[in-house]
Amino acid sequence: MYSFFHDSMIGILLLTVAETLAVLVPVLMCMAYATYFERKALAAFQLRKGPNRVGPFGLFQPFADAVKVFTKETIIPAGASRSLFLLAPMLTFVLACLAWAVIPVGDGWAVANINVGILYLFAISSLGVYGIIIAGWASNSKYAFLGAMRSAAQMVSYEVSIGFVLVTVMLCVGSLNLNDIVRAQGPGHFWFCFTLFPMFVVFLISMLAECNRAPFDLPEGESELVAGFFVEYSAMSFALFYLGEYTNMIMMSALASILFLGGWEAPFGLPGLPILWLFGKICFVMFFFFWVRATFPRYRYDQLMRLGWKVFLPLSLLWLVLTAGFLEFTGLLPNGAA
Amino acid sequence: MSSILEDIERHHSTPVPADQAVASTSKTVQIDSHAINFGPQHPAAHGVLRLVLEMDGEVVDRADPHVGLLHRGTEKLIESRTYLQNVPYFDRLDYVSPMCMEHAFVLATEKLLSIQAPERALWIRTMFDEITRILNHLLNLTSFALDVGALTPPLWGYEEREKLMEFYEAASGARLHANYYRPGGVNKDLPAGLTDKIWAWSEQYPKFIDDLWNLLTENRIWKQRTVDIGVMSAEQALAWGFTGPNLRASGVPWDLRKAQPYAMYEHVQFDVPIARNGDCYDRYLVRMIEMRESVKIIRQCIENMKPGPVKIQDRKFTAPRREEMKRSMEALIHHFKLYTEGFHVPAGATYTAIESPKGEFGVYLVSDGTNKPYRCKIRPTGFSHLQAVEVMSKGHMLADAVAVIGSIDLVFGEVDR
Repeated sequence: MYSFFHDSMIGILLLTVAETLAVLVPVLMCMAYATYFERKALAAFQLRKGPNRVGPFGLFQPFADAVKVFTKETIIPAGASRSLFLLAPMLTFVLACLAWAVIPVGDGWAVANINVGILYLFAISSLGVYGIIIAGWASNSKYAFLGAMRSAAQMVSYEVSIGFVLVTVMLCVGSLNLNDIVRAQGPGHFWFCFTLFPMFVVFLISMLAECNRAPFDLPEGESELVAGFFVEYSAMSFALFYLGEYTNMIMMSALASILFLGGWEAPFGLPGLPILWLFGKICFVMFFFFWVRATFPRYRYDQLMRLGWKVFLPLSLLWLVLTAGFLEFTGLLPNGAA
Repeated sequence: MSSILEDIERHHSTPVPADQAVASTSKTVQIDSHAINFGPQHPAAHGVLRLVLEMDGEVVDRADPHVGLLHRGTEKLIESRTYLQNVPYFDRLDYVSPMCMEHAFVLATEKLLSIQAPERALWIRTMFDEITRILNHLLNLTSFALDVGALTPPLWGYEEREKLMEFYEAASGARLHANYYRPGGVNKDLPAGLTDKIWAWSEQYPKFIDDLWNLLTENRIWKQRTVDIGVMSAEQALAWGFTGPNLRASGVPWDLRKAQPYAMYEHVQFDVPIARNGDCYDRYLVRMIEMRESVKIIRQCIENMKPGPVKIQDRKFTAPRREEMKRSMEALIHHFKLYTEGFHVPAGATYTAIESPKGEFGVYLVSDGTNKPYRCKIRPTGFSHLQAVEVMSKGHMLADAVAVIGSIDLVFGEVDR
């Protein structure tokens, strides 16, 4: 059996498909319920009830929504560039799913346990901007175009500071493997959210900008740009953007948990399945997303750029240098990084 | 950003002479500003505002508001209806503060008739004017917050508005288009127990204002988005015909409730908040504090209200009670005449204005001695504010134009009439 799955071509193929499905199906289920979670959380903040009609406590609402978007008509605007218009949402969604290949949900439990996990994630999330730019360009609409321009500028700006945050964590761990990062926060070690607290804050905020979520939801900028880059999309093509956005949010929450909150490791050696601990931490970070959304107004375009380039970039750079210096002089620098 | 604007202006204002253009090697680059159609179907257009924005990237070069999409010819319709039939048309002008609209028309009619509503009616009107002010400010402030991107305030605000609309419903039978004020008083006395309910509400409401205040006032993003945006100096504000909270935010202490008191405003104690900078943030602050003052006025009205008639007892102007009509032939005739022909108003003209939540709302009413107005010119508040959108948003970014529109409190029922 082992040799079938690891030696024969068909066996490897089957195993890969099975592994991929084992990750993607739960992720997509989580994504469906992330929308439900968001609506319920926002409702609680806003003194409302939220979805409560479809099934007990509205639990089947995500399925009702899915049926709705599947059965609607996909409208392609007359002036749109047809192939690019359809390519953009697929690109967004596929990239959001691809990132999940390297996320470890338990010790060594990843579809691809590669040594450059962080680099891979960084590359994939940087590509995400293409979906948005293509959507904005192909729609042939001024609102969508403005949204896409904003998005491109925003994602590039915040990726820079996210990059420095990642480098800082890598310095402390001495590895680009996501498993090693979690192990470095295992029993007997502090989580990085304590030792690298300023970086944790920078990451949490940049994460909001990276996912285009409030208060940095300028690309959609509801009150100015109606829906921003996906203003012309409908039905399934719209849903793919939506799926992509939420999958990205969950991915970023998972990344925040892995980098700073000890991933699947239980705090204080508490019992429990590792995957459940990771799930709980992801839920916590997701709640942070919704909490911020319910509380803050939206930044303006230039203010957002100023925050990214003039506050976060110097801060993360400074902290990176400080961390590197500290590790070097105290001799705590991990072997791998030397 | 301003330097870019100056560059563009230079290009536009000083055309290069033909011979020099040929001689110089540098090419004149024509920057094409693009126009976007903001509304009428736009989430931040506050009804049916159509704003043609000429943009330079994200910067607003020119903002051209187009009005008239909600024009219903109210002023002309009024000319073919009796005075009593005209009251509901005023509910539908500024549909966010209906009773204040009625108040202006009713006061103008009373002035032409030379009658004065009884004291209790005046107290009721004052109280409902202030309830209306809170209704209006709640909608404006919270939707302003939504325009700037804060999702939570509107939903909190709607909860409170619901309570106030229940008071409307208790008094008039309608939640929005009340049709409650009458020339010579108000339609019916308040139902038993309503003042107690309003009193109880007035005790918990300041807590809500505190919550809203805490959510926004010191919020850094909120301040970054509103401070120094859409600044109107006192001179500019006066020149553009600003009134109400927008004028007071620019530092002009002018409030018709104090300057030429009507109803019972001279018998209640309240302060008029004045701000200095005239930016979006100040307009927000003025309205927030005005809500607190309105609660004070409402409480004083309830304290001072005494039992008594709620409309004048002259049967030429107000209908007799039902029981009376069953017994008295004369009462029946009065009723019939009032609701068919209506009362005749002596020839004359008046401009009567009240301090509506949005500012000075005036009615210029001309009577030719018949039962219908000869002409009724309505002075809307939002119209003057809307024309200044261009001045306020020029050179700001697109998102600021949205904040400006949110802060000046536009309702198109009133602007377009």
